[in-house]
Amino acid sequence: MDEPMIRIRELVKMFGPRRALRSINLDVGAGQCLVIVGPNGAGKTTLLRVLATLTRPTSGQVIIDGLDITHEADAVRRRIGFLSHQSLLYGDLSAEENLTFYGRMYGIADLNERVTTMLENVGLGSRRYERVRTFSRGMRQRLSIARALLHQPRLVLMDEPYTGLDQQATDALDRLLSGGETQRPTVIMTTHDLDGGLDMAQEAIFLSDGVMAHRMTRDAWDMEAFRRLYRENPTQSQP
Amino acid sequence: MRSFLGQAWTLVRKDLAMELRSRESLAPAGVLALLMMFVFQVTLDLQTPQVAAVAPGILWSALAFSGMLGISRTFLREQDEGCLDGLLLCPGDRGMIYVGKTLGSLLMNLVTAAVLLPLFFALYDLPFPFLLVPIVLLGTVGLCAVGTLCAAMTVHARAREMVLPLLFFPIVLPMLLAAAQFSAGLFAGRPWAEIAHWFHFVLGFDIILLTVCYLGFEYLVEE
Repeated sequence: MDEPMIRIRELVKMFGPRRALRSINLDVGAGQCLVIVGPNGAGKTTLLRVLATLTRPTSGQVIIDGLDITHEADAVRRRIGFLSHQSLLYGDLSAEENLTFYGRMYGIADLNERVTTMLENVGLGSRRYERVRTFSRGMRQRLSIARALLHQPRLVLMDEPYTGLDQQATDALDRLLSGGETQRPTVIMTTHDLDGGLDMAQEAIFLSDGVMAHRMTRDAWDMEAFRRLYRENPTQSQP
Repeated sequence: MRSFLGQAWTLVRKDLAMELRSRESLAPAGVLALLMMFVFQVTLDLQTPQVAAVAPGILWSALAFSGMLGISRTFLREQDEGCLDGLLLCPGDRGMIYVGKTLGSLLMNLVTAAVLLPLFFALYDLPFPFLLVPIVLLGTVGLCAVGTLCAAMTVHARAREMVLPLLFFPIVLPMLLAAAQFSAGLFAGRPWAEIAHWFHFVLGFDIILLTVCYLGFEYLVEE
């Protein structure tokens, strides 16, 4: 593999006495899609939040696109798009105002044009002046996708992205992640949906109690092995 | 630096736009301040010589309590739909969030003060000393500097409404006392040389608290 997009070495994250992540080592190549599966409390969201610089690692090293997330967090954040359970959108602002706000914060050039393009891409061009508070859940999710990909991130982190997504939003997400308009981004996503979630993945890991318990590449896909791991590792919360 | 200030200003504009639509901070803060003015005026039944001694306390109590009420909303609007994460994900120094939020709170509190002050002088029949303007400005900066950090610290707290004043008032109390002493001196017609130290105290408090809060903000919101 060339220089990986993400290099994780001996990553540990503790919340008080609880170890949420234990000595994670992982490389992900540029343009690849890695899926993280595991029961609730296994550390999937924590791993994503560490990669997104939303929480600091307790120890270990994480390099994204050649940048250390602890010491070069600003530059790392420019490269990251984050899609979470929550929309990260302001209900009292319109769809256009939300994207314009985030666009200004990211210093995007030709912002008006970019906002228009993204709103059209997610099918909200005709609703651009309406307040997000009036949107249905599916529409908010589509706008959230536009927000996450507005600055054309090189790395997209998605926490259960397909949960509750309507078909239109699913299509929009798939289309945008396929890199139709630019270079295909590297994608890391968590999921419980083994059948749907693994569709676009080149690689998958199974997290259990903060440990990377299993790793599998697409050429050696064994869905039954993942299902067995799920059955053997119920929801975790022990210290 | 330009990018830092540009981001902070973008945040201020966003907060002001949301406030103009929802009026969830300005309206309750303004109403509380006006109510306090009326209640003190009606209940204390002050005679002219007493007013100058009591009025500074009334003025700064109204500014502090209404200020805290408004500032407490600063980060609540970021809590809906995880918007605080959205801000933390933005590139740049996260101190920018603190600066933007403090500036936004400052503008809103100054609007409240601009409405409050004419009414205050009308109700209590006091002459208007010009130097009250800078001390109200500095005092409001201090209230917003501390209040913004306390609001960020308590945004995820369960008993937020109780914890915020318990954090906020002990920190701002010295500044409030100094501002009230300076205001009392102004109302009593004392010369600048006699009351300047109170002014300098408030100025120093602002500089120290703004610096400390700015430096501590990133650590507090992350952990």
